[in-house]
Amino acid sequence: MNETSDKQNISAGQYSNAPNKKTVFQGVLYTFHGGVHPEEHKSASSGRPIMPVFIPTKLIVSVQQHIGEAGRPCVAVGDHVDTGQIIAQADGYMSVAAHAPTSGTVSAIAPHAVPHPSGLPGLCIHIQPDGKNTWVPRTPTDYLNEHPSTLRNLLRDMGIAGLGGAVFPTFIKLNPGKIKRVPTLLLNGGECEPWITCDDAIMRERAEGILQGAAVMRYLLQSDRVLVGIEDNKPEAIAAMSAATKQVDFPVEIVSIPTLYPSGGAKQMIKIITGKEVPSGGRSTDVGVATFNVGTALAVHRAINHGEPLISRVITVTGNVGLPHNREVLIGTPINELLALAGTHPEPVTGSLMGGPMMGFELADMAAPVVKATNCILVKSARLFPAPPPARECIRCTRCADACPADLQPQELYWFSKSKHFDKAQQYSLFDCIECGCCSYVCPSHIPLVNYYRFAKSEISTLKSAERAANLARERFESRTARLERDQRERAERLAQKSAIKPTPDADAAATIQAALARTQAQADEPKV
Amino acid sequence: MLSSPYVTAQNSVSVIMLKVAFALLPAIIVYAWLYGPAIIISLCIATVTALSMEAIAMTLRKRPAGAALLDGSALITAWLFALSIPAIAPWWLTVTGLFFAIIVAKHLYGGLGNNVFNPAMVGYAVLIVSFPVPMTHWAAPLSLAGESLGWSAAAHYIFSNHLPDGWTLDAITSATPLDTLRTQLKLHHTIAKIEQLPMFGYLGGRANEMVVGAYLLGGLYLLKERIITWHIPVALLGSLALISGVFWLINPSEYASPWFHIATGGSLLGAFFIATDPVTAATTPRGKLIYAAGIGLLIYLIRMFGAYPDGVAFGVLLMNIAVPLIDAWTQPPPYGHKEVRT
Repeated sequence: MNETSDKQNISAGQYSNAPNKKTVFQGVLYTFHGGVHPEEHKSASSGRPIMPVFIPTKLIVSVQQHIGEAGRPCVAVGDHVDTGQIIAQADGYMSVAAHAPTSGTVSAIAPHAVPHPSGLPGLCIHIQPDGKNTWVPRTPTDYLNEHPSTLRNLLRDMGIAGLGGAVFPTFIKLNPGKIKRVPTLLLNGGECEPWITCDDAIMRERAEGILQGAAVMRYLLQSDRVLVGIEDNKPEAIAAMSAATKQVDFPVEIVSIPTLYPSGGAKQMIKIITGKEVPSGGRSTDVGVATFNVGTALAVHRAINHGEPLISRVITVTGNVGLPHNREVLIGTPINELLALAGTHPEPVTGSLMGGPMMGFELADMAAPVVKATNCILVKSARLFPAPPPARECIRCTRCADACPADLQPQELYWFSKSKHFDKAQQYSLFDCIECGCCSYVCPSHIPLVNYYRFAKSEISTLKSAERAANLARERFESRTARLERDQRERAERLAQKSAIKPTPDADAAATIQAALARTQAQADEPKV
Repeated sequence: MLSSPYVTAQNSVSVIMLKVAFALLPAIIVYAWLYGPAIIISLCIATVTALSMEAIAMTLRKRPAGAALLDGSALITAWLFALSIPAIAPWWLTVTGLFFAIIVAKHLYGGLGNNVFNPAMVGYAVLIVSFPVPMTHWAAPLSLAGESLGWSAAAHYIFSNHLPDGWTLDAITSATPLDTLRTQLKLHHTIAKIEQLPMFGYLGGRANEMVVGAYLLGGLYLLKERIITWHIPVALLGSLALISGVFWLINPSEYASPWFHIATGGSLLGAFFIATDPVTAATTPRGKLIYAAGIGLLIYLIRMFGAYPDGVAFGVLLMNIAVPLIDAWTQPPPYGHKEVRT
C-alpha cells in the first residue's frame, strides 16, 4: 500500500471513454500478504534475442494441452497435413483445437510421454515433418466487424489457451457472459518465477503484437481499461511496452510492480493493482478484472490478425546448459531436441524441470514434447539445485505464515495434512493454497510443505469422488429397491384385481346381496299365519 | 520424488537458535561482570546436562541424537533455565530442573515442536514448588556484597553446597528486589521509602537493571534479525505496564510503578526470550497479542497477589495451555475470504 507513483507510467485523462468512472488507483499500488525473494537467475537467459524456430526430426502433438476435455483427433495415420491444419478438434465446451506445427505426414496416433507431473503418457498425434513447411491458407480477421461469438469460436479453433501455465481455454475467458462486459483487462507480464524470461523476451521484442492482441481482448470484453503489470526487474520490457502503447489507438497503462514472488500470480497481481481480492472459489471477473498472460495476448494477435493458429511459443531453456536462451519453439518438439540446441551441459545433469524452480515439476522423460504450457525447460545440477537438507520437526516459527501470499497458516495446514485431519485442513482453507512454494522456501526445518498440501488435496479429492461414487451407488441401490418394491406392489395389486373380477366385489353387488339378505330377513321376520 | 519448490532459502533451525544464544550473550557478560562468575559455571552445568539429556532422550526414542543436539534447542532451554534460577544454585538443582525441562516437558510430549509447555519454565516451576529455599539464594551483586565468590569458591559451593571458610551465605546472597518489595510492603513501608534501600537502582534492582538492559539489547537484535516479531514483547510489556500503571496511579505508595515492574525480575527475559518460544507460543498475529497480554497480566497478578516471587514462569505456562484455543479463534481470513468491497 505504500508504493508511490514515481515508478509508474500512469497518466490521468486516459479514461476519456469512461469519464465518470473513478479510477481504482492513481499511481497507488497495493501489496499482497507475504511473498519471497528467491535468487532470480534471469540474466542467464535474458541477454540474447529470441532464437528462431527450428523443425525437429519429429513432432509429437498432445491432444490434451489445455485444461478441460481433450481434443478429438481428426486426421488419420498416413494423412498429409499442412502447417496450421487442425489435427484435433475441440471436443466439448472446455476444449480447444490442436494444429500441425509444420507440414508432413501423420505417422502415428498413439500414447506418448507428455510433460505432466504424473509422468503418465497421453494420446499424441505424431507427425513426420516434410521440411517444406507449407501453410494452410492464412486469412486475417477484421475482428471489429465480426460478432464476438464468431471470434470466440475462431480462437477456440485456433487452439488458444492461457500460456502463463494454466492453459485455460482463452475463448471461455473472453466471454463476459451475463455481466456483459469486464471493465478491466489486465495483461500479466509479472513473470516472477526465477530463471524464466520468455515473457520478458516477447515484451521486449514483440510488444506491439501483445498490445494488438489486447485490442482484440478489449473488444470482446468491452473493457475500458487495459493494464499491463510487469515486475520492475524487467526495465527493458517496461520500456518496450511503454513505447508500444503509442502504436495502439486505445489507452494502455504499463504498471511497474515491485519484484516479489509470486506477484505474477493472477490473484496476487489483481491485489497489487486493484487492491481487490478475488473471492475464494470465484473468478477474477467477480472483481471486474480479466487477466491474461502477455504470451496469450500475442497468440490472440497472431490468430486474429495473421490467421496463424497456436503452433509455436517462446520457451526459456536455461540452468545447467551451455547456451541459456529463449527460443521460438514448435509445439510438439521433443524436449531433448530442444535441449540439444542449448549446448553441452557444464555440470553433471541431476534432472530437468518444466517451469521454474518454485512451481515447476520434474520431467520424467526428456523425449516428452513441448506443450502449450511449456514456458521453461530448466536443467538442474547439484550445484544449482542442491538437495534440501533433511526435514526436521516444525517449530511453529510461522515464517511460512509470514510468507504465504494466500494469507494461510501453513504450519496448521501441515499439521492437519500430516495427521490426515482433512476436515480441519479444509476448514483452514487448504484449497485456497496456490502451491506457490513460498512456505517450503522459507521453512527453517526444510519441511516440503507443499508436498503435504498436494497430498492432502489429492486425498480429499479421492475421498470426495469415492463419496460421490458411494452416494451414486446408494442412490442407484435405493432407486432399484424402490423400483423392485413398486413392481412387486403393482404385481400384487394386479393379481388382487384379477382374482377380484369374478366375485365383482363392487358397490352394486354388495347392495344386491344386502337387499337379498334384507328380503330373507323380512320373510323370516314375518309372523307365520 | 519431491515436488516443487526446488529451491530453499538459506535458513535453518540451528541458525535461529544460535542467534538466540548470541542475543543472550550481552546479558550473560553483564551478569558475570556485576555478580561474579558463578553464572558462567551454572550455564556450563546446564549446557552439559541439557545436551546429555537430549542425547539420552533421542537415543531412547531411537532417533538420531546428533541432529537434535545440533539444532540448538536444548542449548537455549539450558541457558534460559540457568538464567532464570539463582546463579549459585547447587548442581543437583540444575540437573533436576533440566530433567523436568528436557525429559518431561519436551521429550515425553514428543520432542522439539510437539511440546505444549515451555520446557525451561516447566523446569523452573518444578523447582520453585519443590525446592523453594535454595531458589531464593540469589547471589548479591558485587557492588552490594563488597566481595563475591570467585571461580573456585563458586564452583566449590555449587558442587558441594558448602561455602569456603570465612564466608556466610548471608554475606553473598540477597533477596531480589521483588521479594524485598513484598516483605517491606507487609511491614507497611511506602514504595517511596522502600526504593531508598541500597539494593534499588534507577528503575529496578541495582545491578539487576543492567542485566535487564542487556536483555533488551538482545531482544532488539532478535527483532532486527526477524527471529521474533514485535507482537509478543510489546503485548507482554504493554499489558504489564497497563495493569501495574492502573494500580500505581490509584495508590503510588503501595503499588510499584510500571517501569519498576518492567525493569525487575524476569519481565524482559520473559518478553523477548521465553514467551517468544515459537513452539509453545500462539502463532497468529492477533493470537500472539492475546497470548502475551495474558502473560503480562498474570505476571502482575502473581507478583502482587500470588505466593511466588515472580510470575513469568506460571504466566507463560498458564497461557501455553490456552494457545490452541487462541490460535483457533484468531485465524486471519485467507486471501479471498475478506469482505469484498464492490
